[in-house]
Amino acid sequence: MTTLQPPVAAGRRPSRPPWRRARAWTGWGFIGPFVAVFALVFLAPLAYSVYLSLFRDRLIGGTTFVGLDNYQQALKDDQFWAALERVALFLAVQVPIMLGIALLVALALDSGRLYGKDFFRISIFLPYAVPAVVASLMWGFMYGSRFGLVGDINDGLGVSLPDPLSPDLVLASIGNIVTWEFVGYNMLIFYSALRVVPHSLYEAAQIDGAGQWRVITAIKLPAIRGALVIATIFSIIGSFQLFNEPAILQKLAPNAITTDYTPNYYTYSLSFSGQQHNYSATVAIVMGVITMIVAYVVQLRGMRKGA
Amino acid sequence: MTGPTATTTAPRPATKPHTAAPRLRAPRRQAPSRPRRSVLLTVLTGVFVLYSLVPLLWLLISATKTQEGLAGSFGLWFDGDFALWDNISETFTYQDGVFVRWLLNTLLYVVVGAGGATFLAVLGGYALAKFDFPGRRGVFAVVIGAVAVPTTALAVPTFLMFSKLGLTDTPWAIIVPSLISPFGLYLMWVFATEAVPTELMEAARIDGAGELRTFFQVALPLLAPGTVTVLLFTTVATWNNYFLPLIMLKDPDWYPLTLGLDAWNKQASTAGGEAVFNLVITGSLVTIVPLIAAFLLLQKYWRSGLAAGSVKE
Repeated sequence: MTTLQPPVAAGRRPSRPPWRRARAWTGWGFIGPFVAVFALVFLAPLAYSVYLSLFRDRLIGGTTFVGLDNYQQALKDDQFWAALERVALFLAVQVPIMLGIALLVALALDSGRLYGKDFFRISIFLPYAVPAVVASLMWGFMYGSRFGLVGDINDGLGVSLPDPLSPDLVLASIGNIVTWEFVGYNMLIFYSALRVVPHSLYEAAQIDGAGQWRVITAIKLPAIRGALVIATIFSIIGSFQLFNEPAILQKLAPNAITTDYTPNYYTYSLSFSGQQHNYSATVAIVMGVITMIVAYVVQLRGMRKGA
Repeated sequence: MTGPTATTTAPRPATKPHTAAPRLRAPRRQAPSRPRRSVLLTVLTGVFVLYSLVPLLWLLISATKTQEGLAGSFGLWFDGDFALWDNISETFTYQDGVFVRWLLNTLLYVVVGAGGATFLAVLGGYALAKFDFPGRRGVFAVVIGAVAVPTTALAVPTFLMFSKLGLTDTPWAIIVPSLISPFGLYLMWVFATEAVPTELMEAARIDGAGELRTFFQVALPLLAPGTVTVLLFTTVATWNNYFLPLIMLKDPDWYPLTLGLDAWNKQASTAGGEAVFNLVITGSLVTIVPLIAAFLLLQKYWRSGLAAGSVKE
């Protein structure tokens, strides 16, 4: 029972001095506030939504326990699956384009071959500081034929471009807004990761006669794999959560965007227009689980590749 | 392969050749690591700069137009009459100056919400980096796991909880959820590990400083660059927040700017509502100017802070 020794032995035991044990709990003093608020705004709602999903509110009989009925309903819900398909398509197209552009710009900045590098970096990052509301309104106006750029181009050149807010194109238009907002942010993550690759590696490659392209594929990309995986995961989570842009554009394109356009929009409508809180919580949980599974698979695959 | 002894005895031998290296390498380093600048690459990257800046330019130009001018003139050039100042004053006075109220609300949410989030993240990151307390690993795993939970999945239950507590339609409904930034905690954890030498903390303790004093007088100054980074990102998150206020607030008196602009925009499509697109556009410009200014002025900090975050992963 050496741990019960009185603090007199303080300086004697360099491996684990008793004052360290006494201090063991002081870490909680610093992290405690964070954990307390975290429990209130993260863990409690999470537990509450699981609880809600097990009940159903009926006109007759009030709230009753229904077990997994809500989940069965969600899995057979065509509106939910249509919304999920839409964000999956969005993810499959928009995320690679956005991350591809971000990576190209980061590599260009890192190559040291640009004039005015700092201006480039800050300019491309700036849209990140623009709220989704403002970005969506701005692009929405520009898309519009009334006083937007598309209308101007049509009038000026005598052409008729397809309407970006039509049902066929609105998803691509939303993808463009999201790309515009987040290219700079992802670019910065890649660029920061590239900055810390040791220069000696490049020099060694140059001595071996490797060209720029070879340096990029053999050294730079493997070196920032961690950053690539993290950016991909955050983008996947972001795509599955898509809400702000369609919700704001909805007023400008009411025919193209329905209130069940994305899974999140659907849960929002269920809850706040339909008052179906229990079912809404269920859909949110199903969506959360799907998101986590996809993010986890990407993480496993991303880390395994070439590791 | 060559020296398992070198890897087991860790940092010290590793730093030795490192300090010697620059001297050896300095003369021939200049030539290969200074590639020639390329006009072609600059122009190609310039395309993306245009993509990023043209919409902001459109916003700036459109803010100088009257509502009729918006519809009647080319989007990327000025209209005959320059109405920017009229638009700004009308934005601030329309509907009895409700825009000012929204601006003050936003500031309140940012100062208390983002400021509080940063403070909690700094405290927590410092604890994770510098203290070996019971449950440390568990706390970290739960918080990192929470990053993957879609925050909007929590929105409905949070709303129901808050409405039972009578907190909806009050500033608390916005501030309390804004206080948690898992990303900020992670960034501060990484940053504090590097920035605060444990020896310095020990020295302060031996000099008789209490834990709080050690934190505030020794650690906090060293954590400043990381703190500014986290503050900037939590500020952006709070300033730009739309979903949370949308579900929590019914009373326009508590709206932040984002929700207010959205309401003005929707006004045009409601029956009998007055279209005020010039005010929506000017208000949007007023909304983004402070954030863009903050990012431009504080570049040095957030760049070094983000770099620290990417080293670790």
